[in-house]
Amino acid sequence: MNDRPVMIEFDNVQKVYPNGTVGLKDIDLKIYEGEFVAVVGLSGAGKSTLLRAINRMHDVTGGDLKVDGQSIVGYKGKELRNLRRSIGMIFQDFNLVNRSSVRRNVLSGRVGYYPTWKSSLDLFSSEDKKRALDSLNRVNMTEKLYTRVDELSGGQQQRVAIARALMQDPKIMLADEPIASLDPLTATAVMDDLLSLNKDLGITVLANLHSVPLAMKYADRIVGLRAGQLVYDKPIAEVSQDDFEGIYSENEAVKEGALNG
Amino acid sequence: MDKDLLPKRSFAQKYHVRGIGGTILFFFLLWGSAVMTGVNWGDFFTNLDQFFDLLSRMAHPAWDYTNIVIQPIIETIQMALIGTTIGTLIAIPFSVLAARNLVKNPIVRGIIRFILNLVRTLPDLLLAALFVAVVGIGSTAGVWTLAVFSFGMISKLFYETIETIDDGPLEALRAAGANNVQVVVFAVIPQVLNSFVSYFLYTFEINVRASTVLGYLGAGGIGVYLQRSLSSFRYDQTAVIVIAILLVVIVIDAVSNKLRERLQ
Repeated sequence: MNDRPVMIEFDNVQKVYPNGTVGLKDIDLKIYEGEFVAVVGLSGAGKSTLLRAINRMHDVTGGDLKVDGQSIVGYKGKELRNLRRSIGMIFQDFNLVNRSSVRRNVLSGRVGYYPTWKSSLDLFSSEDKKRALDSLNRVNMTEKLYTRVDELSGGQQQRVAIARALMQDPKIMLADEPIASLDPLTATAVMDDLLSLNKDLGITVLANLHSVPLAMKYADRIVGLRAGQLVYDKPIAEVSQDDFEGIYSENEAVKEGALNG
Repeated sequence: MDKDLLPKRSFAQKYHVRGIGGTILFFFLLWGSAVMTGVNWGDFFTNLDQFFDLLSRMAHPAWDYTNIVIQPIIETIQMALIGTTIGTLIAIPFSVLAARNLVKNPIVRGIIRFILNLVRTLPDLLLAALFVAVVGIGSTAGVWTLAVFSFGMISKLFYETIETIDDGPLEALRAAGANNVQVVVFAVIPQVLNSFVSYFLYTFEINVRASTVLGYLGAGGIGVYLQRSLSSFRYDQTAVIVIAILLVVIVIDAVSNKLRERLQ
């Protein structure tokens, strides 16, 4: 379906939590460079686990996972940190340091490129300080540079979080329910920001979304998870609203039918 | 409403067995302790006149003694300040290593917490006696006593503070490729700094009060003069010392409380 290079490749990936809960089961999935993929599914279907497997915030328990052609499942230490700094991540609860300024939060996205002592002493290069301004500019938050994060609204905080992730110069952006804590209007603004990263900067975006209409509006492709399994994968042109009943229904019979859908 | 539909309370819940039992047990222990230690109310009241005698002799402070008291009282504050600072500096790395949300390895955490618990069981007077024996009489012993005492206290306050922080920023920093030290610097310290300063001031307050007594064991400061005046029955001088201590403690408590309020 795609002539672009593969960015992320799940090969029969399994994830079983220590308590026996199945997080991911038999996942085979290829994400191509520059795609905007929305992941949909019920809470607990494994959407977060899928995203966090890619930057190894969660370890997988079976199968192989490649990012940019390299198998990442065995990464440790420096290698793992270098993988993580090439992948931006934004979160439902923004995960900013509330007591710090916007500037410091944004700069903290760059620490993966600095030795410990240099970053600890706040010795960021003038190039990176400019990069912080550019990142904030991209999400229209430049005037809040010296504001403390806890004085910002939710939508503004999420945009600062996007600016922080941009500091990493990421190839991939993972967005874990980025708009679940926001009102519809700011949600649209944040989704627009994500879309512009995807279209203007060519960053591959993988976003967990609860809202099917937003997924249909922004994504190039929608994948559905159910009980840790991939039950749906279609480019946006082939998606119809009826498809989602299988993913979101609690009904077992529908689930069996949707497994091949 | 139909009474049969409500869930039934158990016997223990219905008749408050625990509350009543606990109260009876408490009074029994109180009475038992009084009997065993031979508390005599009569003695207490017949000796009250001695107490008033002491008070009347302290009622005429030897004000000219004030000049002599100033130097040791400054020394007491200095002891408290240096001791608290040393204790705090040592407590910071320990509290990071003892925090459940930062150190996932239960063995490392267990060892660190065991050391901290051990340090906290030592009363400050015992520590003072120990350090006077080791480094000799003088304020150095007092400083070390207060350092160890504040280390034990502060490390527990600190690691409990670290454990209450929001883990979200930590996750975000790790996801951005930060190493452990960078996570602490950028995500932990900004969240705990105010509480840390507040606990430092609180411990300093306690140490000023504690260090007034440490001199009794030879650990320097105003306590030395307190002991000297008491053993030579110069209650007029004792009065000056008590007033001086009271003033210093009130001022330091007030200043530190004001500062801590601002940090909230």
